[in-house]
Order: sequence, then C-alpha cells, then structure tokens
Amino acid sequence: MTPGVPPTGDVVELELPARPEVVSVARLVIGALVAADPLFDEERSADLRLAVSEACTNAIQAEMAARGPDEPVDPEAEPILMRCVLSDGQIEVAITDHGGGFDPADLEVHPEVTSPDRLNYEGGLGIPLITMLADHLEFQHTDDGTTVVMRFEPRTPGVRPIVGGHGSLGPGGGAG
Amino acid sequence: MDLRLEVTEQDEWSVVDVGGEIDVATAPRLREQLIALVNDQRYHIVVNLEAVDFIDSTGLGVLISGLKRVRTHGGRFSLVCTEPRILKVFEITGLLAVFNVCPTLAEAMGPEKSDDEVAP
Repeated sequence: MTPGVPPTGDVVELELPARPEVVSVARLVIGALVAADPLFDEERSADLRLAVSEACTNAIQAEMAARGPDEPVDPEAEPILMRCVLSDGQIEVAITDHGGGFDPADLEVHPEVTSPDRLNYEGGLGIPLITMLADHLEFQHTDDGTTVVMRFEPRTPGVRPIVGGHGSLGPGGGAG
Repeated sequence: MDLRLEVTEQDEWSVVDVGGEIDVATAPRLREQLIALVNDQRYHIVVNLEAVDFIDSTGLGVLISGLKRVRTHGGRFSLVCTEPRILKVFEITGLLAVFNVCPTLAEAMGPEKSDDEVAP
C-alpha cells in the first residue's frame, strides 16, 4: 500500500439464486472472509454468519413471495447480490434483493418474547437479531427491492444477555 | 446443507437428536418431524441440539411452534444445549426464558423447573 493513500478495501461479491439452499453458501463465504482477518474472533465470526443468514433468508423469502412460493427460480431473473467490503478494520455486507421491497416501519409488532402470546408468532426475530449483532443497519429502497446494509466491527459492546433486562428484542419486527 | 434427525423413545418422552445446521433450507424437516410426533400423540419432546453447528431465527421459529403445539396438549418441550454459540442465539433473543434449556438429557426429562429456576 502506498503511504498516505487510504485503503480502498477488499471487495467480494457473490451472486445467489433465490433458493433456500444458498443461505448456507452465503454463511460459508462470510465465515471464510472473516477468518482471514485476525481482528474478528470466533464469536464475532459467528455473529456475522448469523446476521448474513438472517438477511439472506429475508431476501430469498421476499423474492419467493414475489414470484409465488411454489414457482421455480427464473434462470433469467436477477440474482440476489451479496457485496462484502473489508476496510479499516470493519466489514460491510450489503445484500440486495429484487423482491418488491418493504418498509421496516410497516413490520408487525409482536408481543415480548416472554409473553405467552409470543408463541403465536414463529417469525419476526430475524431483523431484531441483525439489529443486535450489527454495529450499523440500514435498509435502502431500490427500484424493485431492498438493499440491507450491515456493518460489523470486531466487537459489539452492546450485545448482552437481555433476558428480563434492558434491550429485549420484543416487541419485535414482523419480518424475519 | 446437511441436517441430521434421529428420534428415539424413552418412556413417555420422544428424544429428537438434531445435528448440522438449522436454517431456512433445513428447518422444514425439523418442523415436519415435530408435527409428526404430536400427531402420534407424543406430547413430551426433548430436542437435543448438542450436535447442532448453527441455528438462526427460522430454526428458532420451528422450536417455538413445537413448544406451542406440545403445550396445547398439556405436554412438555425441553431442549438440550451446552454449546455457547448456540446458547447465545437463545440468549440474545430472550428465548432462554421461554424454553426449558438443560445441559443434559436427564435434566431435560427430569422434574419441571419452577419459573424462578428457568431464567438464568
């Protein structure tokens, strides 16, 4: 690297067809990327794999819902794009789908996880989980879908056991 | 990705040993297994997660639905888990307070904990 020139960062891009089986591929890729960076320990690597799994799952489900759950992937369809940028000791992962988009503000509000009523909802934990794990999370609207941008630093001081304490996940968002 | 499922019966309990990764691709198989047990009137279920390498919210959702189904019939639903990485997912979602999570199979099938003991 030339002294005085800021690092532009390593970029890894992965195109994924919108099928459930590819979520494990996305986890493998982010795990391998992080393994090469000594700043990210095993626990933080697990956080990244989990967050990427959640975001990819949401992207695939959005696309499956848009095309019809029983319809096969159109080979001509634009794939889901996962773009990872490693720079300045942090990792940014952006996952772009073409599933029509959603507004996080419209997510259904669920009861607290410890409420008996919460058992009526299987979903809704994905986005709150990403919120807990990532240092930064934003949803960008595109013409035909959503880009989820997550940024991870080596440690997340905010993540603490939350049972019965502050920062509980419920009421949580409805997607996930 | 691979998901391994094996069910054994121990008295009134059904033990579901799960191995591999529980995500959107594999969770449907676990869901079907839990539904099949309840349909067979097996209402005391332990899901052993000791050989699970990964679980995300889709997997948690399947366990939540299993717990709900079993409770509808007055049964019990326990989990066995000691792996810190898996426990963390339950912890940060608050679900450690919802599930009976035990370190051993014997404890999972043992006397029910009081509410005070369930929360860490």
